[in-house]
Amino acid sequence: MSQNIDTPFRTSLLISTLWVVVRYLIIFLVAFVLFGVILLIAGKDPVLAIKDTFSSTLRSTYGFSEVIVKMIPLIFAAIAVALPSRVGLINVGGEGQLYMGAWLATWGALTFTPLPPWVLLPLMMLLGMIGGSLWAFIPAFLRARGLVNETITTLLMNYVAPSVVTFFIYGPWRSPGNALYPQTVDFVPAARLPTFWGTRVHLGLVIALVLLVWYWYVMTYTRWGLEIRAIGGNPQAACRNGIPLTTYIIVVMCLGGALAGLAGMSEISGLHGRLRPGFSPGFGYLGFLISWLSGGNPIGILVMSFVIALITSGGDILQINQGLPFAVVNILLAITLFVVLARPSFLKEKKA
Amino acid sequence: MVDNSLALSSIARESTVGAEPLIALRGVTKAFPNVLANDNVDLDIYAGEVHGLLGENGAGKSTLVKILYGFYQADSGQILLNGEPVSIRSPHDARDLRIGMLFQEFTLIPAFSVTENIALFLPDLKAVLDIKGIYHRINALSERYNLQVNPQAMVSQLSIGEQQKVEILKLLLSDARILILDEPTRVLAPHEVKALFRVLDSLRKDGYAIILITHKIKEVLECADRITVLRGGRVAGSLPRSKASEDKLVSLMFEKELSILQISQKSALDESVPPLLELRGVETRGEGAETSLKAIDLKIYPGEIVGVAGVSGNGQKELGDVVLGLVKCVRGTKFLFGQDYTNRSIQEVRKSGVSFVPENPLTMAAVPFMTVLENMALTDARRYARLGGLAMDWQAVKTDVEDTLEKLGYSFSLYVPARSLSGGNLQRMVIVREMSHNPHLIIASYLTRGLDVQSAIAARQALIRARESGAGVLLISEDLEELFTLSDRLIVLYGGKIVGTFKPEETNIYDVGHLMTGSEVQRVSKY
Repeated sequence: MSQNIDTPFRTSLLISTLWVVVRYLIIFLVAFVLFGVILLIAGKDPVLAIKDTFSSTLRSTYGFSEVIVKMIPLIFAAIAVALPSRVGLINVGGEGQLYMGAWLATWGALTFTPLPPWVLLPLMMLLGMIGGSLWAFIPAFLRARGLVNETITTLLMNYVAPSVVTFFIYGPWRSPGNALYPQTVDFVPAARLPTFWGTRVHLGLVIALVLLVWYWYVMTYTRWGLEIRAIGGNPQAACRNGIPLTTYIIVVMCLGGALAGLAGMSEISGLHGRLRPGFSPGFGYLGFLISWLSGGNPIGILVMSFVIALITSGGDILQINQGLPFAVVNILLAITLFVVLARPSFLKEKKA
Repeated sequence: MVDNSLALSSIARESTVGAEPLIALRGVTKAFPNVLANDNVDLDIYAGEVHGLLGENGAGKSTLVKILYGFYQADSGQILLNGEPVSIRSPHDARDLRIGMLFQEFTLIPAFSVTENIALFLPDLKAVLDIKGIYHRINALSERYNLQVNPQAMVSQLSIGEQQKVEILKLLLSDARILILDEPTRVLAPHEVKALFRVLDSLRKDGYAIILITHKIKEVLECADRITVLRGGRVAGSLPRSKASEDKLVSLMFEKELSILQISQKSALDESVPPLLELRGVETRGEGAETSLKAIDLKIYPGEIVGVAGVSGNGQKELGDVVLGLVKCVRGTKFLFGQDYTNRSIQEVRKSGVSFVPENPLTMAAVPFMTVLENMALTDARRYARLGGLAMDWQAVKTDVEDTLEKLGYSFSLYVPARSLSGGNLQRMVIVREMSHNPHLIIASYLTRGLDVQSAIAARQALIRARESGAGVLLISEDLEELFTLSDRLIVLYGGKIVGTFKPEETNIYDVGHLMTGSEVQRVSKY
């Protein structure tokens, strides 16, 4: 083992990057073919359906902007999973943390109505992050103490958070003006994130992209990133090398929760302008899927968020044009996940 | 089975007359990425002989016997059994050809009794177990070959030496006639080694062919009939015992002249200064397979190397870990550099100047997919952090590493993932990391494990230099010679207790060996 190892390793890095691209192209190809088969069984024209999906989303400004809108919470939710995964934590609780972030941000929006936007919006963001990280703190603390595995607690707490939100919407925060749809009153304009270009794309996009860069930078260049990767790579060695494991577990998990909380805040403030039950169609879970598909790679998160946003937006179109239920999108997502999980051995990452 | 061994002895008589090897390797070559493990190796093993396979770590001994046992396939070359070429594609094939192997890591199931463990391995195991029959076969064999163990005992309650006997019985009962023993003496105390050699002697007389792998010259001289020396994957020489001498074997094993370990005069210990490390009545609670330490009193003074002898699993790992702070004291106190560190965290202990070389570099010290350079920064990332942690100064890490590399005379690439390093280089990586920054106290577990002789000397030299500059060393090792050479003071651990404290010059290897295995404590000095 001498210096001559250097060169082959670097060339193999380039090849492996190309390989990743090819691999995912194949995965999606297989998924779409399987999806087409299901459409055929349902008596629809798969080629037309898939063509519709792409043309409506990619070939009109409105359709494209809607994809971007869907992408925003997905990026947040994906980093919320990817960051803890670097220390080896499995955060399935993005959905719950997202709800709690939205919940606490709503409290801020409804309470501090007289504040100007440049105070109120940062405050709401802070509250959203606090809400999400508090929800993540409970599993993180239990895990750090060696009591309960975080995968189970985060997952179970996902069922609690929407109920908390629903309680407040049906109870103290219910808008008096609307008897049919239980929801809060509309936020004051100061509590709304600005939107761009006359579309529904809001400032959350910029925040999400900044955080994606932040995530990449911290992981790659900082001492904390180094120590986080060390824990993820070999917790026992990291511990013996004097890296504070429990501190990192709690802090990183709470940061993940804060990011999911921001997703919730940006959804209600940027998009809905009020809190309503079921405002998230499972963004937290999709974030988990994205983080998993991209292996925590920032570029991967960006690309995968776009693809998943595209597929979910396409679902609306299929519903309208082909008379298919929205659930077919879930079928397509499930097939994608299935192909990834059951990927044939030639698609698997090569181990050095 | 007894009949079987008698049949073998007739083969033995014939073969010594006819001089045809029972099994022979011809031109065996095996390459791994970056290393040629075996290069055109010829080896003849006769029935009724103990064949010593000698060579330093990485000489290709293990690869060679793993080819014989079907773990690896040779790239080229032949295996001849009684002159007939055979193909051994798996350990199952090897067992069908009556080749058995005793591994360094035992393969016994602790929760089973000795009989059950042996039954599990039988090739002709029936659907309904004939435990009684097996029991009698075990007794007959253990009688014959001095392999006394209680067949009804649970394996978890046996000592390492007894477990090894069970492993040998397992091979004998499964009809093996060629026995490969991979460094069997590594885990044994000196008197147990003697007993093992007596067993081998009686097996040889019954016509078994035995391949004994070791890197200890004394052992092959003591019990082998013929000796083959491997060096860098090639046969450096093969000679009968009568023609072998220690000097001859050394010159075959090592190409170059070895540098000699410079041991400075051990200065009289100044016990008036406060000790670097002091454990007072420390006890721990071990869970599962861990050992609980009991009433440990230990002091390490500046400029002192304290050796820890013991059969592995008697609390050495826990002793190192309790000093590091990974294992909590349930009773007693721990002082480092005069301050109470009983409940301090690992990072505080590390920061105070404690270095730690764990027993397994891959699982306990390195992060496999990170580069070597990144691994180097892990113990003290704060030192190399710039802008409050926003950036890392990799140039500084590199300078420090290269500095230490030069002192030790090691070299390895810094920009490859740690997992691509060989075992020896991983160990070197950890040693380099832990010896940087002039530690005040070094805990070194199995410091030279996996190292070639020259690197091992360099590592030991580094410890001696550290001692000269006033550092203290806790040296945990299973190599008694190493302990006797380096230590200023020697403690023996057995069952989590310190059962003896000596100055090396006041005791000998056999006394320590007896203490290590829990035999009667005959003489414990006043220390």
